[in-house]
Amino acid sequence: MGGSLNANHLMFLGYGALWTIGLSLIGLLGGGIAGFVIALCRISPSRIVRLLSAGYVQLIQGTPLLVIMFLTYFGLPALGVTVSPLMAAGASLTIFVSAYLGEIWRGCFESVPKPQWEAAEGLALSRSQRMMKVILPQAVQIATPPTVGFMVQIIKNTSLASVVGFVELARSGQIINNSLFEPFLIYTIIAVIYFALCYPLSLFSHRLEMRGGRARIELEAA
Amino acid sequence: MNLNLDFAAIFERWPAFLEGALLTLQLAFIATLLGTVIGVLGAIGRRSSHPIIARICGVYVEAIRNTPLLVQIFLVYFGLASLGLKFSAFTVAAAALTINVGAYTTEIIRAGFDAIPRGQIEAAEGLALSRSQIYWHVVMLPAIEKVYPALTSQFVLLMLASSVTSQISAEELTAVANYIQSDTYRAFETYILVALVYIVLSLVMRAGFWLLGLVIFPRRRRLGTPL
Repeated sequence: MGGSLNANHLMFLGYGALWTIGLSLIGLLGGGIAGFVIALCRISPSRIVRLLSAGYVQLIQGTPLLVIMFLTYFGLPALGVTVSPLMAAGASLTIFVSAYLGEIWRGCFESVPKPQWEAAEGLALSRSQRMMKVILPQAVQIATPPTVGFMVQIIKNTSLASVVGFVELARSGQIINNSLFEPFLIYTIIAVIYFALCYPLSLFSHRLEMRGGRARIELEAA
Repeated sequence: MNLNLDFAAIFERWPAFLEGALLTLQLAFIATLLGTVIGVLGAIGRRSSHPIIARICGVYVEAIRNTPLLVQIFLVYFGLASLGLKFSAFTVAAAALTINVGAYTTEIIRAGFDAIPRGQIEAAEGLALSRSQIYWHVVMLPAIEKVYPALTSQFVLLMLASSVTSQISAEELTAVANYIQSDTYRAFETYILVALVYIVLSLVMRAGFWLLGLVIFPRRRRLGTPL
């Protein structure tokens, strides 16, 4: 105990913030890849694949991320698999993000107008050509604003990695607090840093949404 | 990998799980109820013609939506303590969850208000409805009806998020699981079981909201629109 907040503490927080960003990127990348596969499975022509992927999404969306974290960090070692905090946090986030992004992106695929799918089929494009050259370019445009918005959720949820001992922003705040015991001050600083990370993304997502809306209105007017 | 799973040892503890699940539902119920009140007031505030009120509501919504729940819980927990106020972990958890979900509800209900066509209000004025009648029948109810699905999924997310309050030792479901796994050394079985309980709870909540929707929006029931 003792001492006051100094530059070293702030450096430590900055380091934690970098890990928060790193972990968010891991979640976005891993969850993005898995989520893309989930989205494709959700619109698959095979009924079983659709059902299985829908079941996966329901299971994950019905479980708190915290429990998934505990399950990977404490549960897997009980089965004889050793995991580091980074692995546990990264894997949990990947699973969590994949279910949500998969569901968001499925909606985006489905909101590409039906005639576009039919026209592509009428032009005798193969399944993969139709996807890559016709549907995906349009779906990406629709998907951008909600995906950027979801990145805010990812950043906020990385704070739960602190419970498995991964030293990101929230955990580094706890560590500093253990030595200084000025919880209100420290958690306010932490909150401000999270806000500084998330708010620009929120604004950006909102702006993209507005622009997208306007583009669609112009399209309809034309 | 040595797979010797023993779920029986965990099932034995079902009374503790049940108690935890009930506490989780209680937390969710309190926060949902109070959060709805905050949401309605906040949405009215955000659309207020008074710039300061609108600004305050806007800052509240953005501050909550752009910071993690975990940090909010710590802030409420230690903030109240540093003011010299002592509350039980359950009260603090309920307060933090209410503040959190209030911001999301504000934003959702505001979207509902914004979706009410201007012409509807003008028509109501033309029919000589009073101001309060217009507010209740033409703006409030249809707005909430429109955003009801979004609201209910937010409340289910809230129930799941209440697991985070285990970090300030509120004795809800996740805290019970942490205790049982440290007692039995059966972490995998415990958390699998707890995950299943959460899934059941979220299905129960969804079904509950669906039934509630049938009761409070009879017009929708008649139209056969899915909730």
